[in-house]
Amino acid sequence: MLQQISGSIAVANAVALCRPEVIPCYPITPQTHIVEHLSSLVKSGQLQDCTYENVESEFASMSFCIGASAAGARTYTATASQGLLYMMEAVYNASGLGLPIVMTLGNRAIGAPINIWNDHSDAMSVRDAGWIQLFVESNQQALDVHIQAFKLAEALSLPVMVNMDGFILTHAITRVDMPDQEQVDRFLPPFIPRQKLDTESPLSIGAMVGPDAFTEVRYLAHHKQKEALTIIEQQAEEFANIFGRDSGGLVKSYFAQESDIVFVAMGSVVGTMQDLINDLRSEGYSVGILSLRSFRPFPANAICNALKNAQQVIVFEKSFAVGMGGILASEIHMATQRYADIQGVQISSVIGGLGGRTITKQSLRKLVDKAKQGDLDAEVFMDLEANTVVRELKRQQDEQSSGPVAENILRDMGVVSASKTH
Amino acid sequence: MTQKNTAEQTVKFYQTGTFTVGNRLLDEEFRTVQATEERSNSIDSGHRACQGCGQALGARYALDTAMRVTNNKIIAANATGCLEVFTTPYPETAWSIPWVHSLFGNVASVASGIAATLKAKGDSETRVIAQGGDGGTTDIGFACLSGLFDRNDDVLYICYDNGGYMNTGVQRSSATPGGARTATTMPVGEHPGSSFNTGKFLPAIAMAHEIPYVATASVHDLHDLERKVEKAMSFRGARYIQINVPCPLGWGSLPAHTIKLARMGVESGLVPLFEAEYGELTQSTKIRYQIPVEDYLKAQRRFAHVLKPANVAQLETIRALAEKNIKRYALL
Amino acid sequence: MFQIRIHGRGGQGVVSASELLSVAAFEEGKYSQSFPSFGSERMGAPVQAFARINDTSITIREPVMEPDMLIIQDPTLFHAVNVFDGANTQGYLLINSSKTLSELGIEEMSSLYPKDHIAVLPATELAIKYIKQAKPNTVLLGAFAALSQMVHMPALEKAIRKKFPKKIAEPNILAAKAGYRLIDAIER
Repeated sequence: MLQQISGSIAVANAVALCRPEVIPCYPITPQTHIVEHLSSLVKSGQLQDCTYENVESEFASMSFCIGASAAGARTYTATASQGLLYMMEAVYNASGLGLPIVMTLGNRAIGAPINIWNDHSDAMSVRDAGWIQLFVESNQQALDVHIQAFKLAEALSLPVMVNMDGFILTHAITRVDMPDQEQVDRFLPPFIPRQKLDTESPLSIGAMVGPDAFTEVRYLAHHKQKEALTIIEQQAEEFANIFGRDSGGLVKSYFAQESDIVFVAMGSVVGTMQDLINDLRSEGYSVGILSLRSFRPFPANAICNALKNAQQVIVFEKSFAVGMGGILASEIHMATQRYADIQGVQISSVIGGLGGRTITKQSLRKLVDKAKQGDLDAEVFMDLEANTVVRELKRQQDEQSSGPVAENILRDMGVVSASKTH
Repeated sequence: MTQKNTAEQTVKFYQTGTFTVGNRLLDEEFRTVQATEERSNSIDSGHRACQGCGQALGARYALDTAMRVTNNKIIAANATGCLEVFTTPYPETAWSIPWVHSLFGNVASVASGIAATLKAKGDSETRVIAQGGDGGTTDIGFACLSGLFDRNDDVLYICYDNGGYMNTGVQRSSATPGGARTATTMPVGEHPGSSFNTGKFLPAIAMAHEIPYVATASVHDLHDLERKVEKAMSFRGARYIQINVPCPLGWGSLPAHTIKLARMGVESGLVPLFEAEYGELTQSTKIRYQIPVEDYLKAQRRFAHVLKPANVAQLETIRALAEKNIKRYALL
Repeated sequence: MFQIRIHGRGGQGVVSASELLSVAAFEEGKYSQSFPSFGSERMGAPVQAFARINDTSITIREPVMEPDMLIIQDPTLFHAVNVFDGANTQGYLLINSSKTLSELGIEEMSSLYPKDHIAVLPATELAIKYIKQAKPNTVLLGAFAALSQMVHMPALEKAIRKKFPKKIAEPNILAAKAGYRLIDAIER
């Protein structure tokens, strides 16, 4: 059924169609509307046989998920940013224990400085946590991929994180096609746990593993993620057969294979890029996009296959490893070296959209123009206010007690400051 | 007492697979559940607890009781700590009940999650037990535990209180008694041992949450422990039992003195035994033979410095603590 | 694609207005999108919201930089924010005020627009009359429908009924209709 609703409500309704049995939550912007709506669905009886609990922290929330999933319930929660960091120990634990929990991450920046707006710093902070990490470009994909996430998690007995850009998607009201219960039931069978706390057949879960077996257990986690490369593709196909839509999969190419210049990106920015390349292609540019829909597992072969004809690759990402640079860019570099030995491709790493900074078509177009002329740098911070940075660096050079950086910069830029001007 | 003269009694070993005798020399009606052939067995022999471990004893009695009253339908969640480590030496496990260990600080939430699943699936028979040491309960797991109490989730939380982080080498927790030596509160300087006027008494905090049932117990009185676990299982909602479990390693005591020390703790007034329902004290166990606190302290090396003449002020403070307990919980 | 930018202050229903617009367009079978300028929710702070209406699906996610329709819910913003930034002056201008354009001091900008693309109406007064609250958003949406014909009253009514319970929806529909009539009656 076609509906004009917010991304959060779409996801909450899609999750409800998946018949979750346990949902703990803790509020954090920008995912809160999802769990608020689920609370109403449970309280009103629209979502039955489900225990919903507003717990006392994200750490408790993920721990609650761990207990619930280990006891055999289909389990869901959502978080973002600081919340994800606060639950971090349990995030690793859930994947280590192999529990098929599904979690929405309403992607948001990480402080300090505190910032509630969108970027991918939170998702990247758990890139090694052993979760499957999927990204969505639109609200339609967001709801579709959640349905696939449960099936994927349960097939692999691994937790799955659906990354959905905070505000840009969660708060945007767009048209979505909401599937009906019958379709979802056909796609997603009831949960049969691979391991379960059961009084009829008692198991111990979570024993200490020493040096003699730890490597093997960890290797199997890696192996499972590699298996996911195949299963994700199969499930996207199965999904398309039932729902008639292309959603999910490992990567999505928009003219990537036939273009000289190719953007690589994840999430909602792909939508703006699509709008841009439609313009550019009609102007005669050879430019495409490769959208990464699965970040973990990292689909190196699929990426290389899509990039093999590209001359210039612009890896655009909404986060970076401080002191190193683009995270996705370095992984793409590694993939092109190791898996395909793509010769002569130029890879530029572009960092943009940090902490909710608007990503405009105009700025993206400048990147393409620069790339076309061959002067796009290897590392670019898009729309960086260089003067502000230089001024602060000078201040630090001139004064030992130059004060807190964030407040100095806010003052320089004339933004309403969080603290008093002194 | 209808107890026979033990000298005349024929010694008969009812329990198979172990050499312990214990109260099986008593008439059946005085025996604990452990002494019968039909006893349940939550924790099998062969685990790796230290000699004289109070926690191993307390855990087995508590969980076996819960097994008995639920007809073996319990699931246990465990915090990281001694109990977790010594019961699951990979690839072996001592647990004959479904058991999960996740992290150090989250056992209460894990247990709440299990209870949520049972609720969602309409299983009102199976019950959930969370267990942790005092560090996992009063310090790192405190927020999750308070959340469990707040929501009144149907979980019995058992804290095995040995007054410190014994698994990591005897460091101070917020349940470490004042004056006690630990690896992070050594008996050096002007104020040797753990500081006084610090720490928290979790049973009182649990009572402040007005949960259905709170009790303290001690491994020297296993009948009382069994009774309290059984009572706890008769309630729905959040319940909390804190069991006083001597730790020979951490306390610097003899393994053979575990039961004796547990008793002395209670009889000195330092370990009050009581029950509370919905925030109100309902019962406290009277001290049968009151002993001076120094008798209790001198059997433990962690208090050796307290008994030196120079530290008489510390001894006085500990005496005052015992007096306060005796008064507050009407122990005499 | 028709792009709308709404300027107002927190508490004036700016975000709801953009949502109602997108739902109304959806009800007419069009593709639409709406989203707020995100921030901490504070009463009285300058707020923007955006909407796009199109015949085909919309993928772009940037805020509306070149609005074909500017809706100014609070005229005091003319002194606080450059509301005309990037505006398509061949588009429309809809202002909540009981003053004239010259009294508002925006003639320099407004003169760039086609005359029949501008509407100024006392939406707050009308809102107080119909909904007993100083929330000019639904009055302005009615005026929007009359001015631009990008959405029509039946769809707008449907959108309002979907969003609000009956008790709130009905007075708001009356308010929207009043806004519509006021602008529709103007000779163009």
